[in-house]
Amino acid sequence: MENLKAKSFEIRQDILDIIYTSKAGHIGGDFSVCDILITLYYKQMNISPENIHNNDRDRFILSKGHSVEALYAVLASRGFFPKEDLKTVSQYNSKYIGHPNNKVNGIEMNSGSLGHGLSVCVGMALAGKMNKASYRVYTVMGDGELAEGSVWEGAMAAGHYKLDNLTAVVDRNRLQISGSTEDVMTQDSQDERWKAFGWEVLHAVGNDIDSLNEAFEKAKIIKGKPTMIIADTIKGYGVSFMQNSAPWHHKVPTAEEYKQATEELAKRRNEAL
Amino acid sequence: MNKIPNRQVICDVLTERANSDPDIVVLCSDSRGSASMGDFVKAHPDQFVETGIAEQNLISIAAGLASCGKKSYVASPASFLSTRSMEQAKVDVAYSNTNVKLIGISGGISYGALGMTHHSATDIATMGSIPNMRVYLPSDRLQTKQLFEALLKDTKPAYIRVGRGTVEDVYEEGKVPFEMDKATTVTEGNDITIIACGEMVKPAQEAAAALKGQNVSCRVLDMYCVKPIDKEAILKAANETKAILTIEEHTSIGGMGAMVSQIVAANCPKKVINIALPDAPVIAGKSNEVFAYYGLTKENLVKTALELMV
Repeated sequence: MENLKAKSFEIRQDILDIIYTSKAGHIGGDFSVCDILITLYYKQMNISPENIHNNDRDRFILSKGHSVEALYAVLASRGFFPKEDLKTVSQYNSKYIGHPNNKVNGIEMNSGSLGHGLSVCVGMALAGKMNKASYRVYTVMGDGELAEGSVWEGAMAAGHYKLDNLTAVVDRNRLQISGSTEDVMTQDSQDERWKAFGWEVLHAVGNDIDSLNEAFEKAKIIKGKPTMIIADTIKGYGVSFMQNSAPWHHKVPTAEEYKQATEELAKRRNEAL
Repeated sequence: MNKIPNRQVICDVLTERANSDPDIVVLCSDSRGSASMGDFVKAHPDQFVETGIAEQNLISIAAGLASCGKKSYVASPASFLSTRSMEQAKVDVAYSNTNVKLIGISGGISYGALGMTHHSATDIATMGSIPNMRVYLPSDRLQTKQLFEALLKDTKPAYIRVGRGTVEDVYEEGKVPFEMDKATTVTEGNDITIIACGEMVKPAQEAAAALKGQNVSCRVLDMYCVKPIDKEAILKAANETKAILTIEEHTSIGGMGAMVSQIVAANCPKKVINIALPDAPVIAGKSNEVFAYYGLTKENLVKTALELMV
């Protein structure tokens, strides 16, 4: 069994390299969502470069599309495209742009404008029900994203249609670009909100792959309703000076910061081995 | 006197085709009645998705369905579809290139007295400005049928606007000239050209007949394919006739007439006059009253054409 905890710090290094090379990206959210993506792509979803055109593959939409560097790094590590391609992220004329692009192998839909992913997943899950297909549909939203009204249109429809083949995750890192989510627009009371729309609500430690995996396993056996997993994460997780720091939402590290972050990630990786 | 509105024809085509195609899905936002989709819902309840009054969700769900192989036909008032959920049309449909056909019903000023909230006099401009979004405004029920049969064969995004009321037939049953993305020549003529789309094709056809009586040979082009617009037909008309008149149930900003003007100006400068709705909320009234107020009529077309002939 692969040591996914160690892997998570290797993938964070790939993300750091992408951002340091391209001088752009959203490192804080990338690091908070990283373990959710690893759990999905390494342990949960029936998706691989081999079955990418198979109708029965599981579907994933990164609704918080600005964390695309994390998605690119995970997809590359799973062999959807060469790791070498990561050097072109956000570069001139690259298809690896700063938000998910469905010209990239492994990406289903373009996303990045917040509040779209959940509704798109409702459509995917409805198609699965219509076709009596066995696939499951997953999305990850940001907690700041929950202020978008369209999220709640999607939530309402998913509950109405009892889409138990749909699991959504909120990357609850409690920070958005302007500061604390609770100062910008209150997002506590998520349990009550989703339950009111007919969802099952689960919680997970969002930077712990075992905890996340357990929640995803539970979601699979819940029938007659969609499941929301509130994943309590730490923005910037893995690098001390980036953790819980709003400016690191999209800051690009200096040479000195890059060096320190690389050392910390290597140390965390070695500790995990 | 035709009694069948274009929206009913759309329902008929989709209902019939869904008999043999389980991938056709119709989506409505509490709009199945105004879209005349009742027969489809009755015949194919498992291929119908109701989203309630939630246009953003409506389009995103349609895109999600399409990404899984469904052929999504969304029917909702043009006013809301082309503005409130424009971003979903842009991102989830056009940018993601999903097989979603957005049908804007009760388009233009069909909802005359209900006011600007319910008018879609800017939908060509908004939807047409989105890369990879096609825009169609069929004229009569017969062309609407041809258009939908053609759309069912492709997998690309499109926005189609139809009005609420019935439109007198422009074409003859069984004899409907139609080539996808090519303007239809309604009337041949070599003195002047009228380019029309949607419900304005009928008055254009009538104007050409009236002009004939005054010895003016007027060409009428049915530009149902507003995007991709038929550039070739426009340039041919600019080369072969003295001037071009455009008429549309849309504001003059970013509409079909503006597109025609741009093409003519760049390639074969000739006078182009745009007859269109104003850049303002239109007055209240039934469609015909509003059209008459703003000169979207056969009479104004004839008058303007004669002035251009001097």
